Amino acid sequence: MNDYAISVIVNGVTYERRIPPRRSLVDFLRDDLALTGTHVGCEHGICGACTVMLDGVPIRSCIVYAVQADGASITTVEGLSPDGSTLTPLQDAFVECHGLQCGFCTPGMLIAATALLREKPDPSADEIRDELGGNICRCTGYQQIVEAVQLAARTGGTR
Amino acid sequence: MIVERPAPAVETTAESPKHRYIGKKRRAVEHRRFVLGRGKFAGDVTLPHLHHVAIVSSPHAHARILGIDVSAALALPGVLGVVTGDELCAQTKPLRQYLDMPGVDWFPLAGAVARYAGEWVVAVVATDRAIAEDAAELVEVTYEPLPAVLDPERAMADGSPPVHASHPSNVMYHRTFVWGDVDAHFAAAERTLQARYRWHRSATVPIETFAVVAAWDVGTNMLDVWASIQMPQYPEQLATALGIPLNGVRVHFDVDVGGSYGVKRGIKHSVLTAYLSRRFRVPVKFVEDRLENMRGGDMHGPDRIFDVEAAFGDDGVVRSLKIRTIDDEGAYPGRSPLQMGKPVGAIVGAYKIASVRYEVVAVVTNKAGQVAVRGFGQAPTNFVLELTMDRVAAAVGIDRLEVRRRNFIQPQDFPYTIPSGTEYDSGDYPTVLGKAERLADVDALIRWRDDARAHGRVAGIGVASCIEPGGGNAIFQALFNPKDDSTTFPEGCQVKIDRHGTVSAQIGVASSGQAHETLVSAVLGEEFAIDPDQIRVIHADSLAGLPSQSPVASRMAIMLGDASVGAARRLKAKMLEIAAYRLGMSPSDCVWDGTGVRRADGTGEIVSWMEMVRIAHVTYHKLPPGMDPGLQAQFVLEVQNSGRLPTPDGRVQMYPCQSFSAHVVAVEIDRGTGKVSFHKYALAHDCGTVINPDIVRGMVMGGIAHGIGAALYERFVYDDNGQLITQTFADYMMPTTHEVPPVEMVEHETPSPLTTMGQKGVGEGGYMSTPAAVVSAINDALAPFGTRIDHAPATPVDLLERMR
Repeated sequence: MNDYAISVIVNGVTYERRIPPRRSLVDFLRDDLALTGTHVGCEHGICGACTVMLDGVPIRSCIVYAVQADGASITTVEGLSPDGSTLTPLQDAFVECHGLQCGFCTPGMLIAATALLREKPDPSADEIRDELGGNICRCTGYQQIVEAVQLAARTGGTR
Repeated sequence: MIVERPAPAVETTAESPKHRYIGKKRRAVEHRRFVLGRGKFAGDVTLPHLHHVAIVSSPHAHARILGIDVSAALALPGVLGVVTGDELCAQTKPLRQYLDMPGVDWFPLAGAVARYAGEWVVAVVATDRAIAEDAAELVEVTYEPLPAVLDPERAMADGSPPVHASHPSNVMYHRTFVWGDVDAHFAAAERTLQARYRWHRSATVPIETFAVVAAWDVGTNMLDVWASIQMPQYPEQLATALGIPLNGVRVHFDVDVGGSYGVKRGIKHSVLTAYLSRRFRVPVKFVEDRLENMRGGDMHGPDRIFDVEAAFGDDGVVRSLKIRTIDDEGAYPGRSPLQMGKPVGAIVGAYKIASVRYEVVAVVTNKAGQVAVRGFGQAPTNFVLELTMDRVAAAVGIDRLEVRRRNFIQPQDFPYTIPSGTEYDSGDYPTVLGKAERLADVDALIRWRDDARAHGRVAGIGVASCIEPGGGNAIFQALFNPKDDSTTFPEGCQVKIDRHGTVSAQIGVASSGQAHETLVSAVLGEEFAIDPDQIRVIHADSLAGLPSQSPVASRMAIMLGDASVGAARRLKAKMLEIAAYRLGMSPSDCVWDGTGVRRADGTGEIVSWMEMVRIAHVTYHKLPPGMDPGLQAQFVLEVQNSGRLPTPDGRVQMYPCQSFSAHVVAVEIDRGTGKVSFHKYALAHDCGTVINPDIVRGMVMGGIAHGIGAALYERFVYDDNGQLITQTFADYMMPTTHEVPPVEMVEHETPSPLTTMGQKGVGEGGYMSTPAAVVSAINDALAPFGTRIDHAPATPVDLLERMR
């Protein structure tokens, strides 16, 4: 198999790489770019741990090939905070509400919730549950996650 | 025997001086790194020249391996080597199992015989995972299928095919315990009932699969390991299996573990990966893919058949129980049969039942091996206890809540010793149940249910209580294997105050979401009267750290909490001595005042924190003569109220502290689809003194979500050929935000007399109570149909059949 040249913008930085066509986007992010914040849970598109934003839309990076992202702009959890260390209101709300325990599903949750708050700045609990229904968390029972998203909506969304 | 431990709080919380930090809202210190995407999980670890593993698995439930051709795999560019079971079994020692089972050996790869579909047979090492997988597909294994046995009761019968030919019986352990005069109590009882229950195979299935990186250093003859591990005695078992000295194994516990809830016991993964690293002289990473995890990771949970008899009066008071448990261990029992041992410590639940006969049978079948799952076997047992209490209530025509009240151990009974020998430390079950009842507004629920029924809907109310033992203990090892006399189950903490006066603590475990850094810093902050957020907690590696038994058994608030208190108090005693010497006083005439020390009569100057620090680290001439310089202290704590072997009739002190909860739920079942939806989920909960309210709540909520999965959705299903047919997340259904309802919770605090702050355990109770509460509600809903459910999970198909 020949490698393909791709160019992608990840968290605002342009990367040009030659990669095998079978490499998944999540493997590309984790192994080629060392952005290990995005996690691999099931590798068949169900658990949502690998969710990243591709051109502003949350997608499962385990079932997208990296070559499909050629020319696209991607946001991972590392790119949510503009300077990489100041928490966004959503990240801050997850910490404040104990909306996580082990932290493994958290990056996918944050990306999915970021997309929701962009679409609906003041979502109801039901709307939050609908939007996050594709992200499985085994630690929290979701309640404190829903509360975190509600808090973030009150404190400034994805600003 | 004197076991040193920090003195428990004598007073209850009502009169104690108010805590500065304990019990207050505080953000978990771990969370910042996670929300920034900066957690460090085992799968994130990378090293120069790192190689990767792929696995070849058996397609057969039971088969002799006749030959393995690896030539095509080896010829693939990028492949470093291939290891078969024959080699691995010859070069490593069997993995530790806890029953005495001559002839039953467990290795990371199958040797001559594969004993379940999905068992690992060959491992391939290559420069990247994709090449390793390509090569794995080129490995040709020739099998001779053998008869398989999948049903545990068939496996017990004469003439069943043996899972292990060298151990002709599939029964690996069978013992009947009798505690109290069961026969007399049954003979005298006004009523008896019998029931059979089935707890099907499921697990807590973390979103992170097991991951391990092993690096054998030929220069130092040392093995470095980073693993997503939650397991007692992991370094020891690695060393033993690999035949290397324990001081040549360094397990790095500063990895974040992506959920475990008991199951992250990847000892076979780790021995395999470490072996491959040593064999091929390269660092090796193995991250299970989801298929390897689900069918071959040996991480399934309890799989039990229960036969229960109860003897009780017309008043609903239960006198005696007979419980027979058959546990289907899968092919390799490992540690899992001990999950029938832990329930011995809460075998009567929260009830004053006078006698118990408890029969345990561990059976092997051609399925994946079991492992510890949240609650260590108490979730299925509590399921059965609570559904039996519901049956008693129905038999005598008394409300289910009232039956529980009549049978409860009463607040004045503590400490209370149950028939199996375990002393419960404290509790107030009637009050907690009352709080649950009020929070749920049971009268309103009854009106809702009756109104729903009047309109042709299927609705019901469920109730369950639960004892959650906390603290841990090795004692079930000795209980189930007389050759094992382990009674020690310690936890340690080391605390240092450096030259700048800042405080750091080392703990000897990895965390999988329990926020141990937050726990230890809160406790130390409380002891030292300094801001916990200024305290650094690090996870020492296994050579640098103190003895630990890992965060199992709802134990860390109890054990790591009190070990931290113990170390802090040793340091404070030393600092007091330094300050007293500086004041020219006797230490007994000085006291701590905030972060400084002064005369006990409150007069004179305060010797400040920084002055004591400087004397200890810098000005040796001011140190009391003969005192070691520096400020560091260790404390290794043995489990409270433990350290004794079982009696000959199998009475044991299991865990020291007993938490309690009572759940009230209301559900509706869709007549067309069988879907269960929640109208109400409420509980009252008592884990003694709460250290961090958010963490306690999170543990309970997470346990409830796991419990809803076990009650309604999750099951590892094997077909008649022994193939696992629920091996992806498309078939093995886990609750999402749609299936887990909002839960209302109220906390009650009955401090433990055994711990310094009155704290108890909290990690498992949600999972132990919920399946019983949910199925109780389903049974109430099904009552108009004259039918019931006695198993978990209760799937939509099961419910549709019963509503016909």
